[in-house]
Amino acid sequence: MDILKVDDLKVYYKTLRGSVKAIDGVTFTIRKGEVLGIAGESGCGKSTLVNFFVLPKEPMYHAGGSVILEDKDITKLSKDELRKIRYEKISIIPQYSMDALSPTKKIRVIIRDIMREHGRHVDYRLVEERLEMVNLSKRVLDMYPVELSGGMRQRATMVVSTLLNPKILIADEITSALDVSTQKFVIEMLMGFMEKKIVDSMVFITHDLSILYQIATRVMILYAGKVVEIGPMEEVIKRPVHPYTKALLYSLPEMNVRFKEKRLEGIPGHPPHLLNPPRGCRFHDRCPIAKNRCEEEEPPMIKVGEDHYVYCWEVKA
Amino acid sequence: MKEWLKKHDTLYFMLTNKRFVGGMIFILSMVTLAILGPWLAKIELRWYLENGVKEALDPTANIGIPYSPPSSQHWLGTNSFGQDVFLQLVYGLRSSLLIGIIGGGLATFIGLVVGFVSGYSGGMIDELLMMLTNIMLVIPTMAVLIIIAAYLPYRGVMIESVIIGFTGWPWTARAVRSETLSLKSRGFVHLARISAVKPMRIIFGEIAPNMLSYVFMVFILQFGGSILAAVGLDFIGLGPTRGTSLGLMLQQAVLWNAIQLGMWWWIIPPGAIITALVAALYTVNTGLDEAFNPKLREM
Amino acid sequence: MGRYLSKKITIYVLTFFIAVTLDWAIPRFMPGNPISILVSRFSALPNARKVLTSYFTQSFGLDKPILVQYLNFWKAFFHGDLGISVYLYPKPVIDIIKESLPYDIALLLPSITLSWIFGNWLGALAAKNRILDKTLIPVLYVFTAMPYFWFAIIIAWILGVVVPIFPISGAYSYSMTPELSWTFFLDFLYHWFLPFLTLFTVMLGGWAIGMRNMIIYEIEANYSRYLESLGSSDKLILRYAFRNAVLPQVTGLALQLGTIVAGALTTEMVFSYPGIGYLLLQGILHQDYFLIQGCFLFIVLSVLAANFLVDLIYVIIDPRVRYSYTEGA
Repeated sequence: MDILKVDDLKVYYKTLRGSVKAIDGVTFTIRKGEVLGIAGESGCGKSTLVNFFVLPKEPMYHAGGSVILEDKDITKLSKDELRKIRYEKISIIPQYSMDALSPTKKIRVIIRDIMREHGRHVDYRLVEERLEMVNLSKRVLDMYPVELSGGMRQRATMVVSTLLNPKILIADEITSALDVSTQKFVIEMLMGFMEKKIVDSMVFITHDLSILYQIATRVMILYAGKVVEIGPMEEVIKRPVHPYTKALLYSLPEMNVRFKEKRLEGIPGHPPHLLNPPRGCRFHDRCPIAKNRCEEEEPPMIKVGEDHYVYCWEVKA
Repeated sequence: MKEWLKKHDTLYFMLTNKRFVGGMIFILSMVTLAILGPWLAKIELRWYLENGVKEALDPTANIGIPYSPPSSQHWLGTNSFGQDVFLQLVYGLRSSLLIGIIGGGLATFIGLVVGFVSGYSGGMIDELLMMLTNIMLVIPTMAVLIIIAAYLPYRGVMIESVIIGFTGWPWTARAVRSETLSLKSRGFVHLARISAVKPMRIIFGEIAPNMLSYVFMVFILQFGGSILAAVGLDFIGLGPTRGTSLGLMLQQAVLWNAIQLGMWWWIIPPGAIITALVAALYTVNTGLDEAFNPKLREM
Repeated sequence: MGRYLSKKITIYVLTFFIAVTLDWAIPRFMPGNPISILVSRFSALPNARKVLTSYFTQSFGLDKPILVQYLNFWKAFFHGDLGISVYLYPKPVIDIIKESLPYDIALLLPSITLSWIFGNWLGALAAKNRILDKTLIPVLYVFTAMPYFWFAIIIAWILGVVVPIFPISGAYSYSMTPELSWTFFLDFLYHWFLPFLTLFTVMLGGWAIGMRNMIIYEIEANYSRYLESLGSSDKLILRYAFRNAVLPQVTGLALQLGTIVAGALTTEMVFSYPGIGYLLLQGILHQDYFLIQGCFLFIVLSVLAANFLVDLIYVIIDPRVRYSYTEGA
């Protein structure tokens, strides 16, 4: 069952020289009980997508398409209506989760204040229970964030983000700064949230496919603001179809190198500028199998397997 | 290409920023007034010059009738001694601008070097320099200026600028240090370091260009700060022993009861010109901040 | 916490040491030998012998080795002997300073605290209100750009001469003598108002602008983004930002004290208000070097003490400072 349906979503940034088309016609769904992984190089539109759900702010703007959550198109909601949906329906563990809590307020106060904003009282028994789930003692409540280590702060943030049992939890690059064993630990905790039905579904965003493999049920690969491939995790990893996905997988051995710092191995060139993206397939100038048609027309969606779709001219169904 | 666009961007935002442009226009017109002042005074005091009063262009000469309000002969009136207020104002503005440039420049330079060395080298040197900076920060600068100036029998604009420069640097040093630390921790400097580039090359090739805009803003603030410090010193009676300055004008005005006598033409212009000048400098600074810092830009 | 305090105390002790040394060294190493001028001025006064036996003047004894002079200076300092005034001869400088002290406290304490509180409040308002930001902040910028004494002059002219409501000179009426009575108190308050208003207004701008800028910076901080991501109202975000922004403003207070005191000096000069500033002006006009030196020491030491106090308060109110120094290495 789909919790969230995104259809032909376009999110642009207003700049002096025109609109930067950071998300340009993206279609996907989030199903109940699944973990949807979203992967791609930095600048592919991952962060824009996240921010559009939780922090839509100037100069970002909605340029088209719909996002249906429980029969309501949230792109048409007012600021106040959106405010209610955030945290209660869609919540986030941000990229900066290690310093997401105000340093001069006790954790207990932060929790109380955020809950009050949504008209709720704090059930401290529940809070303590949740803290225990992430291996934090209840003493943490009466401490200031500065007294905790980075990891402890991240776990406290995880508890705060999920207190209202959101339908969808977005985990944004939360493992990037961690070492491998801590990564594993964080992922186990997230899985715990899923098992205990604290969150219905999860969106896990990363540039690191090897981590995604441990947690995601389905995966969506983004390139330059467009979906290139979407399908079951297992199948995409074992049988990638799109040339870009293949390149991304090929770069796996160096999994902890950030794409920002190191360009994709195996394919020369940069992702295109999104101010004036090229016509046709956005990957064509780096693609090893590109034909003339790829430069002219946008690639069609091709079904390549059960629940597995690819946007490419050169792929057969 | 990206670098070029970025530079282009900043320039664009700078030149379209109302605060920057407005403030800059005012400052430049003040500079023009200071430069053309003596020439304007020739027009103002033509009556005296035509009648052979040679010392008419000396701001300390008692040429006119004392206590006269503004007129076509004395654009801003005369003071209790019959000195021409406009002439004094023009010369005062000159010395204020000079002090701003020299004092502010010196303070910026010292602050820059201390902060840079401190932040870049770290360790013992950092500890010592920051100790020195903190000490200088707590000692009230004005008090030090007072005691130094009080014992100097002859004081010129130069000496005043230099002592202001030597006492005004600490906060700049602190700010520059933290800026250097944040730049140092960024990737490109690290990259240069591990590839064994010489420290000087890193400083001037990598860090300095990134700090240029910042330094410019610091200088503007120091420029205004030095002008204010000098005016205060002059007012206390520790300004230049010869010639005139805006602070000295105001000190004389207070000592000779210009307030009680309602000689507004003597008390308003000198302070107004300082206030406007310093406010314009602050405005340029905020304008630059908006231009250099994308977060503050208004779309 | 101990580490933080010991570091601070080291700085203060060193600063204190340097300040006193400066006070000793400057007249000594200046061109023109002001000390011999000073000593010669004393020998011209009646009872010169009595004056010259003062510890302080003894410490200037130029015939002694420089180190002895220096030690004598410290000794005199710890005896509270700051020399004897030429201008108010034969009053000891320390007594003159003691007499003017109450006026400084009465003027500075309320103007600094009230402008700090009110200024921060205004700044916070401006940060969330666009219209206020566009109208109020430019005015406040003009205030901070003004020399204190010029504003004092203008206020005195407008409220003392053009519309003569307030007295513009002295701390009480000429016909009065300081005493504990209502009439004196009211008269004192009447004279106190304009200098207070000047200091309060000029300082206000700096605090308000500082607060506004801090809040705008804090609103961009990660914790603010997180609060917003979780659907919090702007009101809560501002409350959090204020809490984080007000703490650096406390440090700002400490850093600004020197400038404020200097501004207060000139303001007192305009209103002939008998505080340290006025005293200093008299000292300069009459070339009373002992008085100048005494005032300098006094100003430096009180700014130092106030700074130390602010630092102590800071440790108590900001958990970041408290823990960065207990946990850190």
